Amino acid sequence: MLNFTIRRLVLAVPTLLFISLVIFLLLELAPGDPMAQVPLTVPPEVKEKMREALGLGQPMHIRFWKWIVQFFWIEPQVLIDAMFGTTFSEGDLRVISWQTRSPVMDIVVQRIPQTLWVVGTAYVVAILIALPIGIYSAYRQYSWFDQMGTFVSMVGFSVPPFFSGVLVIVIFSVQLGWFPSIYDTTLVVNSWDSFVVQLKQMIMPVMVLALQITAQLSRFMRASMLDNLNQDYVRTARAKGLSEYTVVMVHVLRNSMIPVVTVIALGIPAIFGGAIITEQVFKVNGIGQLLIGAIQANDLPMVQTLTFIFAVLIVLFNLIADVLYGILDPRIRYD
Amino acid sequence: MTDHDRTDTLVPDEGLAPASTALPTADVMEELTTPPRSQWRDVWDQFKTHKGAMVGAVLFILIVAGVYLGPYLWSIDPTQIDIRARNQGPSWAHPFGTDQLGRDILARMMSGGQTSVSVGITAMLLALFLGSFIGVLAGFFRRLDGPLMRLTDLFLALPLLPLLLVMMLLFREPLSAAFGLERGIFILIVCAIGITSWMPTARIVRGDVLAIKEREFVLAARSIGTSNSQIITRHILPNVLSPIMVSATLGIATAIITESALSFLGLGFPPDFPTWGRLLFDGVDYLQQYPERVFWPGLAISLTVLSVNYLGDGLRDALDPRIRGR
Repeated sequence: MLNFTIRRLVLAVPTLLFISLVIFLLLELAPGDPMAQVPLTVPPEVKEKMREALGLGQPMHIRFWKWIVQFFWIEPQVLIDAMFGTTFSEGDLRVISWQTRSPVMDIVVQRIPQTLWVVGTAYVVAILIALPIGIYSAYRQYSWFDQMGTFVSMVGFSVPPFFSGVLVIVIFSVQLGWFPSIYDTTLVVNSWDSFVVQLKQMIMPVMVLALQITAQLSRFMRASMLDNLNQDYVRTARAKGLSEYTVVMVHVLRNSMIPVVTVIALGIPAIFGGAIITEQVFKVNGIGQLLIGAIQANDLPMVQTLTFIFAVLIVLFNLIADVLYGILDPRIRYD
Repeated sequence: MTDHDRTDTLVPDEGLAPASTALPTADVMEELTTPPRSQWRDVWDQFKTHKGAMVGAVLFILIVAGVYLGPYLWSIDPTQIDIRARNQGPSWAHPFGTDQLGRDILARMMSGGQTSVSVGITAMLLALFLGSFIGVLAGFFRRLDGPLMRLTDLFLALPLLPLLLVMMLLFREPLSAAFGLERGIFILIVCAIGITSWMPTARIVRGDVLAIKEREFVLAARSIGTSNSQIITRHILPNVLSPIMVSATLGIATAIITESALSFLGLGFPPDFPTWGRLLFDGVDYLQQYPERVFWPGLAISLTVLSVNYLGDGLRDALDPRIRGR
């Protein structure tokens, strides 16, 4: 198992390098010029100096190498410095945003908590809703509950978040006035009242995100339960007189959870991607909105870093899913 | 291969068997004279029993017909500005009302639907072509299997939505300059979606090709000297058609959603060129006063995707021989 994990970790390195190269090359083709906003009165030689200060003007492979070094070597040092108060990274050049002229990672670190709160809560809520629905629909296959569940998850699957988000805004904040339509990130939760406000503003984005995840997860849970319910070991368990609850919730559920857990792990990076739209709808200033803003402002280092962070998440959770699969299912120990 | 196997495969099936001396009974005669049911007939019969799929199919055909044939019946130009009739509610002259420039929303919905549906179908065809091509190559030629599947894994590890956004940002200008604004962006969106969504098809097709490659009829074809390309086009491809068809329907759904998402984020088609996503995006500004402006395009997207998803669900059941006939 350890052997397998290490092998996968080693394999992840070329994957990440390839992805970073793809992103870098894509952005290399960008027609936008960071100097476009500089007034025409600035003489060309000053412009050239500014260009060099931004790290342009060098050949492509050197800039790629520098970016790799900055991202994988200097930024972790900055993190360690921030955590333990050491001074490893003093004087090193970091990835600088063209918009704010400050290190990209500083801004990302400011934005990540909002995204994590909304996305994380949505994911937990979705799992808590989806699993029972999936279990019960499989247990009573073709009952009206199952049919309803199929239909609702089909709808949840088909309605895009930019429509369901706008729809709940119309209903709950324009018509009923229950929840605010804009997520206020400056809110500090320090009392019961502010907690209620925070809860209220989180309900709608979480609902929208959770609907989509629930739709997918409950289908998976149902299919996985159905695969197991007709197995011989279930008949054996019933035959030896175990209660129906024990049969379903212990024997079948534990075996059905194996693929579902990996699907849950695999879904996490996709959720960050999907959260880009939800954040845009509810104006949550998380990393998704940061990415859209950076794209519109042509802030290439920011776009590069953020896209790469999304890629790292995907590779990381793929790895976690693979390892989890081996841990949960003793038949698949990759040795 | 043993002797026994060979005779097994060489002796023809029931079709020619009753060349024996005994007179066939009426029962057998009838069986012989009725033509064999074609596979597609069986598929259709199974498909009909899936109510959701039938409703989905009818709905999808209705939407496509309404979007493409509707403009012949409803002849208002979607770009015609009538500033005096702006922001009107539903009436007989404008069943869906008019927008902030007095353009007829029904006409805009139809023209937007044309773009959305054609983007969906074209992008799906591109993704399907790429996916089947790579899947067949990887499954059929063992030497290509490793590299191609690693490539697929790498593509699956790419953050798709951010990359799509970046692609839209970078290639918008050059392509619009080369092909004209609308056609350039159409090509860009179709290519971007196609290039980023072929991976599931490739994986499924590869798996099926791997299984079919080992079957006797492929061996038979090879033994009479059929070339690789002919084996692929005449023996392998027809047999992997069903997973390809299922992923085609699902591909339309994802392509439509992706296009709308891009338009919604303001990185899709230009404002005066409506698509459903763009109409929804424009409607968000007037959310408080005219919520129906958001509602219609959103409903159109959702219904199309829903009907296509149900269609795919029914197709999957109908094309699965294990379920068919039950």
